[in-house]
Amino acid sequence: MQVLYFAWLRERIGAAREEVQTDAATVADLVGELRAREPRYAAAFSDMSAVRVAVDQTMADMAAPLKGAREVAFFPPVTGG
Amino acid sequence: MAVRVQEADFDIAAEIAALTATDRDIGAVVSFTGLVREIAGGGADQRMTLEHYPAMTERALAEIEAQARARWPLSGVAIIHRVGPLAPGDNIVLVLAASRHRHAAFEAAAFLMDYLKTRAPFWKKEAGASGEAWVDARESDEAAVARWG
Repeated sequence: MQVLYFAWLRERIGAAREEVQTDAATVADLVGELRAREPRYAAAFSDMSAVRVAVDQTMADMAAPLKGAREVAFFPPVTGG
Repeated sequence: MAVRVQEADFDIAAEIAALTATDRDIGAVVSFTGLVREIAGGGADQRMTLEHYPAMTERALAEIEAQARARWPLSGVAIIHRVGPLAPGDNIVLVLAASRHRHAAFEAAAFLMDYLKTRAPFWKKEAGASGEAWVDARESDEAAVARWG
């Protein structure tokens, strides 16, 4: 699936998007896999209270299932307007 | 329906004219414009950059509009949000709500802004004399959305 990062998550991870091969059942499982990859992921996902997620462009939560999902985006709480 | 994300500035009078051009039943249009504020001690060369999630933004704004239309009898809604580099005093966002009567228009405009600030995928980064930093979300914005139930 495509995994996207915005704002400071993009800066800490050093990529705006990447293709990730995963069998993660939920968003939380995917975060666990990413954290285990490299320190920059562990740093970006160190405080999950500061991270929001969208699955296929719809706001979701960490328990959201990923079966059939094509795009997961991680970002801080929004600050538009 | 008018939901747009753009780098260019917008013309408030032209947007109101476009919203009301064909509907003689509109008795009230409320407009809200959000501007880039100057940061205290930020120096002369302040900048703000607006980033967004293009594949999601217009969908999220359209969903917010649909929720407003389900709550109030609206004749028209416009949401225009700028992205890219901005400076203090620049327009950031325009929300228009048109209805037969003012109460629906006032309430819908406030609702649209409260939801936009907490549900639409935009992020602000400020740059000035002391460096650059992502703007933190405010708890008061979540409280503002909670009042709509």
